[in-house]
Amino acid sequence: MNKVKTYLLLLGLTAMAAAAFAQAGGGLDADAILERVDRNMFSENRIVESSMTVHGRRGSRTMTMRTYSVGDRQSFTEYLSPPREAGTKMLKLEDRLWIYSPSTDRIIQISGHMLRQSVMGSDLSYEDMMEDRKLTDVYDAELVGEETVDGRAAHVLHLKARVADVAYDVRRIWIDAERYAPLREELFAKSGQLLKRTEFSEVKKIEGRWFPTVVLFKDMLKQGDGTEFRMTDIKFDQDIPDHIFSKASLR
Amino acid sequence: MIRFLIKGLIRDRSRSLLPVIVVTAGVMLTVAMHAYIKGFMGDSIELNAKFSYGHVKVMTRAYAEEADLIPNDLALVGTAALKEELAEKFPGMVWAPRIRFAGLVDVPDEQGETRAQGPAMGLGLDLLSGDSREIERLDLGRAVVRGSLPEVRGQALLSEVFSRRLNIEPGDSFTLIASDMGGGLAMRNFEVAGTLSFGVEIMDRGTIILDIEDARLALNMADAAGEILGFLPGSFYDDAEARKTADVFNAAYAGDSDEFAPVMKSLSGQGTLGTYVQFADVWANYISLVFVGVMGLVLWNAGLLGGLRRYGEVGVRLAMGEEKGHVYGAMIVESVFIGIAGSVIGTALGLFIAGVIQKYGINIEGLMEGASLMFPTVIRTRITPVSYYIGFIPGLAATVIGTALSGIGIFKRQTARLFKELET
Repeated sequence: MNKVKTYLLLLGLTAMAAAAFAQAGGGLDADAILERVDRNMFSENRIVESSMTVHGRRGSRTMTMRTYSVGDRQSFTEYLSPPREAGTKMLKLEDRLWIYSPSTDRIIQISGHMLRQSVMGSDLSYEDMMEDRKLTDVYDAELVGEETVDGRAAHVLHLKARVADVAYDVRRIWIDAERYAPLREELFAKSGQLLKRTEFSEVKKIEGRWFPTVVLFKDMLKQGDGTEFRMTDIKFDQDIPDHIFSKASLR
Repeated sequence: MIRFLIKGLIRDRSRSLLPVIVVTAGVMLTVAMHAYIKGFMGDSIELNAKFSYGHVKVMTRAYAEEADLIPNDLALVGTAALKEELAEKFPGMVWAPRIRFAGLVDVPDEQGETRAQGPAMGLGLDLLSGDSREIERLDLGRAVVRGSLPEVRGQALLSEVFSRRLNIEPGDSFTLIASDMGGGLAMRNFEVAGTLSFGVEIMDRGTIILDIEDARLALNMADAAGEILGFLPGSFYDDAEARKTADVFNAAYAGDSDEFAPVMKSLSGQGTLGTYVQFADVWANYISLVFVGVMGLVLWNAGLLGGLRRYGEVGVRLAMGEEKGHVYGAMIVESVFIGIAGSVIGTALGLFIAGVIQKYGINIEGLMEGASLMFPTVIRTRITPVSYYIGFIPGLAATVIGTALSGIGIFKRQTARLFKELET
């Protein structure tokens, strides 16, 4: 009789834990939450006009750019201003990256350790720029809690890379519990060192997706107030000609 | 009495010639060795001063805090005015603005696309203004292996090993990719004017040298420089003088709280160089002390033997009724003269040898192949104020002490035994 009581108690506790877990994820598990984030953030293709403001110790400077991207395989960025950067173009095809600068009239392939360098003095590296695979393709997720970020309820996910060729081994990501858009992210090295912190804001509904239009990147190993990335115009699922993603379009 | 003793020494060379020669040789070696040690230790410091640290260096306070990271976004601006201010405040010192940078050298193929690429450590120096001594300071003329030094803007020097690795020749062009002063992407084409070999692996691995105005243009650093190196008058680092200069300069900016205000650091105040300067100074003194001690023992023994050699003469003088104290005193005075004569001649010879090596140096390039340390390939001596008197310590003191010890026997001699000796 005592044994039956013990089994019933254990069964009850397990059921309560499962219910609490399901409630914490709004009825979704960690993978399902991440899946919904990917659905918001990733598209077949997109054209984005944006400005990037680098807040340095001596002041801030802003660049504007237009980016065309197809999935996580192809992207093409042209810098539009200021004059010193205008005309600089970057082309990413699979895991290769080329840069063209009008002042040198050269197409240069960026590889190796250079990929870890900052892009235009920002808090983003070329590696960050190239890393835009779906989170569900790269990470195993675990729901680790619920918090409030800027007044919005958020799920906190712990992501651990399951592939080797990834810039950050561990991510901690705060997901808006209602809109499934990222609100905050912390990126860690294998050693556990916090490398970057990202704040997402001004989440807008664009073509049926909740999308953060302002992103503040902060390289934690660098002084300064971070880099603000503001998307001024986003168009999803556009008809982008193939020739854009060729080296010929760099010149 | 003294004149009598001096005449005796000069006329009776058997009493003075050998001791003077021994003292001269010992003193000469001491002086030359001291100058060699000082020069040897000092040359490594000078090499570091010329390439990286200066005798003093002016930077912004923010740059100085992270100097190892070469943060050109924190560089000095308005360097022309600052250089004038420095020249006015510290006449006699030479000032050299420099830009250090890290970058990537990219070599194009026929289509202008990347053929070879390698990381480089860059140095922007005043090569073309005509009134700079940087080429001479870094001995760039001697270091050229192929091609020549830059003659016009847009030309660069690459280290020989690096150019071989990238398969690039003088006359070929390449693109430098780096971060500009605002942190942005800097890309600029250059032509290889020549290749250099420093004989130091750390520099031969991937060095690129540009004229400072080219570096300013490439890195968006108009009238700016990461650092202004200052060199004291004369060829050698003087830590006390460098610190005094830095203190005077920094006192003028003590009330300025701007993190981009200039700050001056002496060579010993930068990185680990302070420890090395102290180490070099202590070791140079320590090695000199040991050598002086050894030389002292040799000359002390020479004095001792000289005294004992005159055993018979002392006996005769005592037998003739000369006072023991007088004989003893006369021998001490004679040894003083021998010590002075040997020390003066030895110091003069030692200084001459040291002076020649200081001017022309001893080339040890052959021994330095494959060296990965920043080490001089030509060793030079260094004559310091100490060089003028250090030889007198073993030369005079040891000779006199040796004679004094050997002379103690005079007081122990018994007159009766003396007569017996004379009979035989």
